[in-house]
Amino acid sequence: MTARGTTRFLRSRTLDFLIFIACFLGLWQLAHSWGGDVAMTTPFGTLDYTLRLLGAAEFWPHAIATGNAFIVALILACTAGILIGAALGFHRLSGEVAEPILVGIYSIPKVTLYPIILLFFGIGISAEIAFGALHGVIPIILFTMNAVRNIKPVFVKTGRVMNLDAWAMLRTVLLPATLPEVFTGLRVGFALTLIGTLLSEMFGSRRGIGFMLMNAIGLHNMDVIMSLTFMLVAFAGTVNAFLLFIDHRLHRRA
Amino acid sequence: MSDAHVVLKGVTRFFVRGGGQEPLHALGPIDVELRAGEFFGVVGPSGCGKSTLLDVIAGLTRASDGQVVINGAAVAGAVPEGVGVVFQDDASFPWLTVWDNIAFGLRRKRVDSADVRKRVSNALTLMGLTEFANAYPAQLSGGMRQRVCIARTLVLQPRLILLDEPFGALDQQTRLLMGDELLNLWRQTGATVLLITHALDEAAMLSDRVGVMSARPGRFLEIVETGWPRNRDSTIVSSPDFGAITSRLWTLLRAESLKAMQHQTRAG
Amino acid sequence: MKLATKLRIVVLVGAVTVVELLCRIGWISAFTMIPPSQMLVGLWGLLTAGRLHTDIYRTLTAVCIALGSAIVVGAAVGAIVHALPRLRRTVDPLLAAYYSVPVFVFYPMFIVMFGLNDTPKVMIGFLYAVAAMIINTLNGLDRVAPVLLKTAKIFGMNRVSTMFRVVLPSAAPYLFTGVKLAIAYSFIGVIGSEFILSSGGLGYQIGFAYHDFNNRTMYAIILFILSLVLVVNMSLHAWEKVLMARRGLH
Repeated sequence: MTARGTTRFLRSRTLDFLIFIACFLGLWQLAHSWGGDVAMTTPFGTLDYTLRLLGAAEFWPHAIATGNAFIVALILACTAGILIGAALGFHRLSGEVAEPILVGIYSIPKVTLYPIILLFFGIGISAEIAFGALHGVIPIILFTMNAVRNIKPVFVKTGRVMNLDAWAMLRTVLLPATLPEVFTGLRVGFALTLIGTLLSEMFGSRRGIGFMLMNAIGLHNMDVIMSLTFMLVAFAGTVNAFLLFIDHRLHRRA
Repeated sequence: MSDAHVVLKGVTRFFVRGGGQEPLHALGPIDVELRAGEFFGVVGPSGCGKSTLLDVIAGLTRASDGQVVINGAAVAGAVPEGVGVVFQDDASFPWLTVWDNIAFGLRRKRVDSADVRKRVSNALTLMGLTEFANAYPAQLSGGMRQRVCIARTLVLQPRLILLDEPFGALDQQTRLLMGDELLNLWRQTGATVLLITHALDEAAMLSDRVGVMSARPGRFLEIVETGWPRNRDSTIVSSPDFGAITSRLWTLLRAESLKAMQHQTRAG
Repeated sequence: MKLATKLRIVVLVGAVTVVELLCRIGWISAFTMIPPSQMLVGLWGLLTAGRLHTDIYRTLTAVCIALGSAIVVGAAVGAIVHALPRLRRTVDPLLAAYYSVPVFVFYPMFIVMFGLNDTPKVMIGFLYAVAAMIINTLNGLDRVAPVLLKTAKIFGMNRVSTMFRVVLPSAAPYLFTGVKLAIAYSFIGVIGSEFILSSGGLGYQIGFAYHDFNNRTMYAIILFILSLVLVVNMSLHAWEKVLMARRGLH
């Protein structure tokens, strides 16, 4: 490696990131030697157990159950969120009336509403889907509403000067203009729907990754707990990094 | 008149206000005729209704009273064919490249792609944007973004071009150069141009006639003839007539501007 | 009062009235939901009989500890990260991704590590709130206009003086946003954890009442928590808008 190349690497973000990861893993290992196997597993041990879990037959029914609930909840949240958000954005008064209500719902511990959902839907996948969708739909509505409100009036005027019909206006001006902010809403909605789905499983369910986690507490099964935690963090982190990448590209043009 | 392109008769605009207040008399009555192919400037104090005047002529909003006639046809609620508008705010679409921005109107009109390519290339050359064809507006300066907007309008070959303070955000030197470019385009296209500006020297330099508007509700106090030759550029600022015209504009405007300043409330 | 506010009150009162009616005539069965008026009566009964005091105390203590630590640690970390650009570059993407991770998944881990006492839920509350504080501290410090720092130098102010007289007041509205979010998140973290699994606290009592088929108690406590959290959050939100408006920010 050339001298310049070395200096560039020493100053680069890749090195910083690697150092950070190394520190994190080091602290993790230290915590383990301080607490013992009862307190936590080692980084390597966690990875090893994760791979074993992924190969185990008992794991996949739970993963699929969570996946199903999550995907349906996500589709619901995105569709309802965009439609409602767009409507509230176009109709100013409704948006003004609804916004504080939505912000209020956003800020409360929504778990307190879960028993109500359970009473209405009964225990089962519908309640989980409803709860997950409830979590995700609110930020999607808020972001979409804002995106529509913030469409620059001069864009609409430009479209009118070019005599665009309603469909062309929507397709070539309104949709692209709102896309960056709506996408941010979808990204946040994704993360929150995941939380909601997992939370519902952790409280009252007989299947799913949330259930697996809670079940392992009673059995004091640290391997399972740390493995599942690691998997969920890795999944959420990776998907979000990807969505964030797209988000940045959309916003850079705006 | 046979060579009248745009005719305004008694055009007035009221804005309805909530809370039981009287409607706001924003504009008019305005009576003016724009000759085909002329460069008509409009100056006036802030809030006098200049932008509203442009909106009414373009058909973006209806006059509360009076009539706008373009090429013999009354304008009512829709933007007529052959009208191009360059707005004060940056209207370039941030999600499209410079090329796609300029091609936007042509594609909506289903112009065939070979024709689109030719016309967009010409527009890029004309506006000095060729090397930025694949850039996004976010990567360009304010002045260049305005050039994109102008190119997008011109490529549709409008007969009437309306500009609302298009160079407002630019520094003085860039404005003078952009003024030269605008004159070039005007001569090349032969279109009728209406330019709204708050810069008196810009109006005096560019226009065949300048309409001076009063404070709100805006009406034309006087229409000043400049008598410039068609082949003019920014060097006419050194002509003695330039000083006389600018001073006439300011004499008319000074009292109106004071009035407008007193009307102003706190911003936001 | 603005038209939107009037309409909102009508919508909310209307919604509660509709629910009350539907419960009373039996379209919503008592097994699913009790009328809102009965929720209020039930809550009043619980409070006056002193049945909720221990749990209220327990939850609020946990929230306060989580909140206090989150604010102190969050502001400190935010300030440190802001001062070290290289560290910031590394940490920024992690902060951006922080809230995409379901923080509650760490709860079982903490329970096994620390036992089923109050420590795990305080830690979850802390983890939830601290990131908001860090992010908003960074934001606030970023937004101190360079021209203000130049002005401080021209006045001959030293670094400490500049920090307390220029940087802190300038960043204050954003720090306030951080505190506001930290409060909301501490509640979410603590009560959520109590709900999933705990030995006490308001969240736990909701779960207990649910499993006990005790709708009266359950809805009373839900009403209490929601009212408390909403009053706190909305007041802070209103206060924040005043602070921001005074500065000409939004």
